[in-house]
Amino acid sequence: MKHRARKNAAEAAAKRVFAFCGVVAVLAVCSITVYMLAKGMPAFAGVGVSELLFGTRWRPTAQEPSYGIFYIILSSVVGTAASVLLGVPVALLTAVFLTEVSGKTLAAVVQPAVELLAAIPSVIYGLLGLMLLNPLMYRLEKALFAGSETHQFTGGANMLSAVLVLAIMILPTVVNVSAASLRAVPNELRAASLALGASKVQTIFKVTIPAARSGILTGVVLGIGRALGEAMAINMVAGGSVNLPLPFHSVRFLTTQLVSEMGYAEGMHRQVLFSVGLVLYLFIMLVNLVLQKLRKEAERHA
Amino acid sequence: MPEQNASSLCARRRRPADRVLLILIDLCAAFSVLLLSGILLYVLLRGWGSVSLRFLTSVTSVLRGTVGIAGNVVNTVMIVLMTMLLATPVGVGAAIYLNEYAKPGRLVRLIEFATETLSGIPSILFGLFGMMFFGQTLHLGYSLLTGSLTLVLMVLPLITRNTQEALKTVPSSYRQGAVGLGAGKWHTIRTILLPSAMPGIITGVILAIGRIVGESAALLFTAGSAKALPKSLAGLLPKALQSGGTMTVQLYLSATSEGDFDTAFGIAVVLLALVLLINLGTKRLAARFDVTRKR
Repeated sequence: MKHRARKNAAEAAAKRVFAFCGVVAVLAVCSITVYMLAKGMPAFAGVGVSELLFGTRWRPTAQEPSYGIFYIILSSVVGTAASVLLGVPVALLTAVFLTEVSGKTLAAVVQPAVELLAAIPSVIYGLLGLMLLNPLMYRLEKALFAGSETHQFTGGANMLSAVLVLAIMILPTVVNVSAASLRAVPNELRAASLALGASKVQTIFKVTIPAARSGILTGVVLGIGRALGEAMAINMVAGGSVNLPLPFHSVRFLTTQLVSEMGYAEGMHRQVLFSVGLVLYLFIMLVNLVLQKLRKEAERHA
Repeated sequence: MPEQNASSLCARRRRPADRVLLILIDLCAAFSVLLLSGILLYVLLRGWGSVSLRFLTSVTSVLRGTVGIAGNVVNTVMIVLMTMLLATPVGVGAAIYLNEYAKPGRLVRLIEFATETLSGIPSILFGLFGMMFFGQTLHLGYSLLTGSLTLVLMVLPLITRNTQEALKTVPSSYRQGAVGLGAGKWHTIRTILLPSAMPGIITGVILAIGRIVGESAALLFTAGSAKALPKSLAGLLPKALQSGGTMTVQLYLSATSEGDFDTAFGIAVVLLALVLLINLGTKRLAARFDVTRKR
C-alpha cells in the first residue's frame, strides 16, 4: 500500500513537472510580448506616433534631436522584398533540381552543400561580404557615379551588398521547405501529366510546382522572416547611415539599428530604439501568423 | 518510377524552352555548391595562417604581444554548457508533456503556438529581451548567465520539436506493453520512451549547440564582449556572472571596430570546423535513427 501511494505521488509530480516545462514556452512568448510593448510604447508618446513612424530625419544625438525611423522601416521592407525576389527563384529551382531532375549522386552533393550553407554563422557571411562584396561594389559604384556630384560614396557598403547577402542567407530555408513539399506531391500526378504528353519540364512547372504551392509559399514566408530578422551579417556590409533604400545608398535596417546603437544610446534615444524593436517584433508576429495560417491550410489539404 | 517509363514517349519532342529551363535548374543547383566551396576555400586560405596552438591557448594582449582567442573559447564552451543544461530538460519535458500527457485541446494548441512563435523570433529580439529582462529586471547585467538564459529561450523550440518527432516514432506497442506489465506512465517514460527517443533528443541537442556556437546577435547585449581568461579553474564559477564574448562576438568585433582581420579569419576557420563537425554528427545520428526505425 505504501509503495503504491509513493508511486502515485511520483506519477502526479512527474505530470506536473512536465506540464510546467510545456508552459515555459508560453510564459516566454508572453513576457517577450509584454516587454516589447512596455518598453517600446513610451517613445511613441514622447516623440509622437506619426513623427516617429513617418519622420525621415534621424538625428538622435543632435542638439534638437529628431527621431524619424521611416527610412529604417522602409529599408527593412525593401531589403527583405528584394532579397526574397532574388533568392526564391534560385532556391525553388535548386529544390526542383534536388527532387525532380537530379539523380541520387548529384543530389548527394547539392543537398549537404545547402545544409552547410544554412549552418554557417551569420558573422562569417558578414565577414565575407565585407571582404569580397564591398570592394566589388565600390568598383561598380566608382564606375557608375563617375561624374556625379550629388552621390555620396559609400565605399561599397550599401543596400545592394546587404540584399545579396540576405538572398544567400535565406536560400537554404527556402530550398529545404520547397524540396520537402515537392517530394510530398504524389507520383500519380506526374505520371498522369507525362501520360498526357507533357514534357518533363512542362510537368514540373505546370503540375508539380502548382501542386506543391502551399508548401513553397510556406518556405517563402519563412524566408521573409529570416531576412527581416537577420542582423549581424547585414550590419557588417550595409554601411549604416539612415537613408532612402536605393541600391548604392548606405542604409540602416530595423535590426542593424539595434545592433549598432543599443550599446551607447541613452534617454529618449534608447527608448526610440526599443520602439524600433517593437516595430520589428510586430513585423515578425505578422509573418508568424501568416505562417501558421499556411501550415493549417497545408494540414487540411493533406 | 513512372517517370522513367514515360520518358521514352516525351523524348521525341525536344522543346527548346525545356532545355533552357533545365540548364537554369542545373545552374541554380551548382550555385549552392560553388558558393559553399568558395566560402570554405577563401576562409581557409585567409585564416589558416592565424590558427595555431598558441592562437587557441592565449589571450590577445598588447602588453605581452600575444594574439589569441582562449578567453572566447572558454566563454563559448561555458555558454553552451549552461544553456544546454537548462534547455535540454525543459525542452524534452515539454515534448513529453505534449506527446504523452496532454489531451488535444486548448492548452496543447497554446503551447504549440508558443513554440512555433519562439522559433520564428529573430535572435536580435531575443537579445533585446534578454538584456531588458535578465540583464536589467533580474540585475544579472552583462554576463554569461544572462546570455545563456537568453539562448535557452532561443533553442527551446529546436529541442522540443526534435524530441517530439522522436517520441512519435516510438511504436505505441511499446507503451501498451509497458502498461500491460503494470508500469506507470512516469516509469514508462523513464525506462522505455526516453531511451528509445534518445537519438532524436541528441540530434536536437547537437543542432542547438550548433545554433549557440554560431549565435552573435542575441549575445552582444546580454553576454557582452570581455575576452579575459579566468585566472584559475576556481575562477570559472564566478565567471558565469561576468561579461564574456563568444568566438562569434569576437569575430564581429575583430572585423568591425578592431579591424583585426587576421583574428577574424582565424576565428572563422575554427567556427567553420566546428560547424562541419556538428553537421557530420547530426548526419550520423540521423542515419542511426533511420536504422532503428526500419527494424
